[in-house]
Amino acid sequence: MAALKVLRDLLKTNTEFSIGMALTVIVLVIAALSFCSPYPPMDMYVVPLDLPPGWPHLFGTTSRGQDLFWLLTYAIRNTLLFGLSVALMSRVLALVVGLFAGYKGGWIDRVLMSINDTFIVIPLLPILVLFYFVMRDNLTWGWLALIMAMLGWAYDARLIRSIAISLRNRDFTRTSIFSGMTTREILQREHFPYVLPIVFSTTLNNINWSIGLEVTLAVLGFTDINTPSIGGLIYWANQHTAMVAGVWWWIAFPVLLLVMVFIGLYLLAVSMNEYIDPRSRLNRMGGAA
Amino acid sequence: MTTPLLEVDHVTKDYVRGGLFSRQNVRAVCDVSFQIDSEKPEIFTIIGESGSGKSTLASMILNLNQPSEGTVRFLGNNLSELRSQEDRTRFMAQVQPIFQNPFEAFNPLKQLDHYLFMTARRFTQAHDDETAMRCADAALVKVGLSLAEVRGRYAHELSGGQLQRIAVARALIPSPRLIVADEPVSMVDASLRMSIVNLFKTLRDDLGISIIYITHDLATAYYISDRIIIMQHGKVVEAGEAKTVLANPQHEYSKQLKNAVLIPLI
Amino acid sequence: MRSKDLNSIKSDHQSDTVLSVQGLKAYYRTTHFGVNREVKAVDGVDFQVQRNEIYGLAGESSSGKTTLIKTIAAALKPPLEIIAGRVDFAFAPDILKMQSSDLDDLRWRHLSYIVQGSMSVFNPVRRIRQSFVDFAFRHINKSRPEFDKLLDAHLARVKLDPGILNAYPHELSGGMRQRATIALATICRPDFIIADEPTTALDVIVQKNVLDMIKEIQKEMRSSVLLVTHDLGVHAHVADRLGIMYAGRIVEEGPTQTLFRNPRHPYTTHLISSLPRIGDDTMRKGLEGAPPSLASPPNGCRFHPRCPLAMERCRHEVPAMTTIGTEHRVACFAITT
Repeated sequence: MAALKVLRDLLKTNTEFSIGMALTVIVLVIAALSFCSPYPPMDMYVVPLDLPPGWPHLFGTTSRGQDLFWLLTYAIRNTLLFGLSVALMSRVLALVVGLFAGYKGGWIDRVLMSINDTFIVIPLLPILVLFYFVMRDNLTWGWLALIMAMLGWAYDARLIRSIAISLRNRDFTRTSIFSGMTTREILQREHFPYVLPIVFSTTLNNINWSIGLEVTLAVLGFTDINTPSIGGLIYWANQHTAMVAGVWWWIAFPVLLLVMVFIGLYLLAVSMNEYIDPRSRLNRMGGAA
Repeated sequence: MTTPLLEVDHVTKDYVRGGLFSRQNVRAVCDVSFQIDSEKPEIFTIIGESGSGKSTLASMILNLNQPSEGTVRFLGNNLSELRSQEDRTRFMAQVQPIFQNPFEAFNPLKQLDHYLFMTARRFTQAHDDETAMRCADAALVKVGLSLAEVRGRYAHELSGGQLQRIAVARALIPSPRLIVADEPVSMVDASLRMSIVNLFKTLRDDLGISIIYITHDLATAYYISDRIIIMQHGKVVEAGEAKTVLANPQHEYSKQLKNAVLIPLI
Repeated sequence: MRSKDLNSIKSDHQSDTVLSVQGLKAYYRTTHFGVNREVKAVDGVDFQVQRNEIYGLAGESSSGKTTLIKTIAAALKPPLEIIAGRVDFAFAPDILKMQSSDLDDLRWRHLSYIVQGSMSVFNPVRRIRQSFVDFAFRHINKSRPEFDKLLDAHLARVKLDPGILNAYPHELSGGMRQRATIALATICRPDFIIADEPTTALDVIVQKNVLDMIKEIQKEMRSSVLLVTHDLGVHAHVADRLGIMYAGRIVEEGPTQTLFRNPRHPYTTHLISSLPRIGDDTMRKGLEGAPPSLASPPNGCRFHPRCPLAMERCRHEVPAMTTIGTEHRVACFAITT
C-alpha cells in the first residue's frame, strides 16, 4: 500500500524522521496505556505518599498519594488530545480563510485580512487569563480548546494566503477556469496540494504551541486542574513545593514527557515537510514544479 | 452585415501602481479597435514586444480582465455584462486560451487527462466517463495524439511540443469559435515548433476556428497570419493584410522590428 | 549575415586552439528517497574553439548544452560528475583537475561568462558600480581610482553611458542590464567568454543591439566566445562556426554559412529547413517525436527514432564525427557511408 511504502522510505532514509517517529510513538504508547490504568485518575491518597521511582511505582508517587506513572498516562493523553483538537480546528479556519482570501483578492481579501490581522495582534495570555476569570469553573477543556483555536488560526492563514496568491497567477489556474472548474473545485483540487506542506508543519507546530500555552495556564492554576494534564501535574507539584521537599520526580517526569512530545513532533514536521513539498515530490517523480 | 465574432471597440486599460502616497497611472492598452468576422475564419496576429500591451489585451478578450474604457463584444454581447456563472460558462465554451508556457499550463502534480475529462464534462453533453473519454480522444486525434499516449501521464514526462498540443486539444473540446493563443510557440523547441504552427492553420482551414495569435516572432507571423496589427506601448502602430505589412512595413517601429529579424532572407 | 569567412579566420596568425574538449562525459547521479537516477547529459563530446572566433553551440532543451557549459567552466557540483574526458584551455591545461583556488584566479581574467537573466548577476541592492567592484576589482591589480578610470574607459569603448554605473539594477531596462553584464564580463579582457543564452527573454530589437555589442567586443579584444543558445537566428547573425548538439552529443559542426546553406545531418537539415522566413511561402514541417529523455536515451545513434534516414546500423552503433568537407564534420552513418 502506498502509505506504508512512504513510511518505509522515510524510515530508511531520514534520521530525523526515525527519531521523531520513535519519540512520538513512545509518547503515544504511554498515552494509550491510560486505558489500562489500575487507578482512576481523579482518585487521591490511594498509594503511599512521596515514594521515589522504583517498583511497583515506576515513576514514584506524588504528595497527593497518586502513582505518578499511571497519572502521567492520563495527563499526556489529555494534553495531546487537547493540542490535537486545537490544531485541527484552527487549521480548518486558517485554510478556509487563507485560500479564499488569496484566490478571490479584491475587497473580500481586504476584509478577511483586516479581521485576520486583528486576531494576530490579540495578546494571548492576558485574554486567556481574562476568560478564566470570567468563566471560572465553566471554562471546561472544550471551551478552552475552542477559544485557543480562535486565537491560533490567524498567523497561518496569512501564510496560506500568500501561497494562494502565487497560485492564482499561475497558468494552470487559468487552464482550470477554462476547463470549467468552479472556485471551490480549484481551491480544493488544484491549490490544496501546494498548501499541504505548510498546513502540515503548522499543524504540528500548532500542537506544540497549544500544549505550551495550556501548560503555562495550568501551571498558573488557570485551568481545570482536577482533570489530569501535564500542566496540571506541574501545578500540583508546585503547590506541594515538590522541588523543595525533594520529590523531584513529580516535576522531572512530566517535563521529560513534554520535551519528548515537543522534539518528536518538531522532527516529524521538519522531515515530513520536505517529503510532502511539491518540489521534492516532483524531484522524485522526475520533473520540475 | 452579420454580427462580428469579436469586436474590440476603443479599448483602453489603465493600471494604478504604487501605494497611498505615490500613485502612478500606467496605460497598458490605449484605444485599440479591431473586428473579427464571424463568417470567414481567420488567423489574426498581434505583434508586440514586452510592454506593448498585447497580453493585457488578450486577457481582456478572454474576459479575465475588464477594460477601463471601451468595450469588448463577443457575438454582440458585451463581456462586462457577463455576470452569472452560466453566462461565463457559455462564453468559455466559445472562446478558449492557449498559454505561452506549456509546462505551466497544467498543474505539475496532476495527471494531464484530468483537464481533458473536466472540460468534456463541463462543456459538452458528456455525462459519464465513457463519453468523456471518447470526447477527449477525438480532440487528441485532431492534434495528432491519442488518449492512449496521454492517459496517466504527468506534465514533466512530455515535451513542450506535446504539451502544447494537448493544450490545443483541451481547448478544442468545447468546439469554440475563437482561440486566443498568447505566444504559443516561443517556449517550444525549434524542431517541434512548426508542427504547432501548422496545427493552427489546420484549425482555421478544417475546423473553421478563428485564432488570435500573439507573438513577437515576425517569421511565424508571416507564415500563418491573415491580418496583423503591430502594437507598441499599448497603441496600434500599423495594421493590415499580414503579407503586405510584413513585406513592406510603413511605420518606423515596424521597420525596426523587421530589421531585427535575424534569420537571413534567402 | 556574417562576413567573416574561412579565409579571414585562417589568415589570422593567432589561429591556435584556445579550448579543446576531448571525449567529455558528464552525468547527473541522484538518489532521492531511495530512487536512483542517472542522467547522461553530456555523453562523448569533442570539439575545439580557436582564438579570435565565435563558436556557436546550438541545441534544444535536454540537449545537454547547459551541462556542457558547466563542465567546461569547471563549475561542477554534485550530483554532476565527470565520468570521462578532459577540457584544456590554452591558459589552463586540464581544467577539470584544477584546485578551486587556482580556478578563482582564472575567472574573470582569462575566463568569464555572460549569463541569461542578467538580473541574477547584479546584486539588486547595490548600485551597478559596486557590482563591478565586487566582481572585477580584485582581478585587476590596480588602485581604486585607477580601476574607476579603467571602468569608465571600458564603458566608453562598449558604447554604454557611464551614467548607468550609479543606477540600481531594477532601474535599467532588460537590454541595458544585459549590456552591462557584457561590459562586466569583458572588463578584464578575458581570453575566453562563455555566453549562455545571452539574449533569450530580451525583446527582438534589443536582442539585435546586444548581439552586435558582443560581436564588436569580440572583434576588438580578439578573444574567443562560446555562444550557447537554441535560437538558430542568433547563431546565423553572430557565430563563425556552429556545432549542433542533440541528446548529449555533437552531431554536426562546421562554418555557419556552410551549415545554413548545406546542412548534412538529418537533424540539422530539418532544423534549418523548418525556419520560416519572411517573403517565403513554402510549407514548413515539424519533426516527429520528441527529444529523448537523457535519463533513458535510445541505443546507438540517439536521433534514430526520429530520423528519416535511419538504418539498422543506427540502432546499435554510435556514429563517430567524420570530416566531410572543409572544417565540416558530421556524425551520421547515412551521410558518411
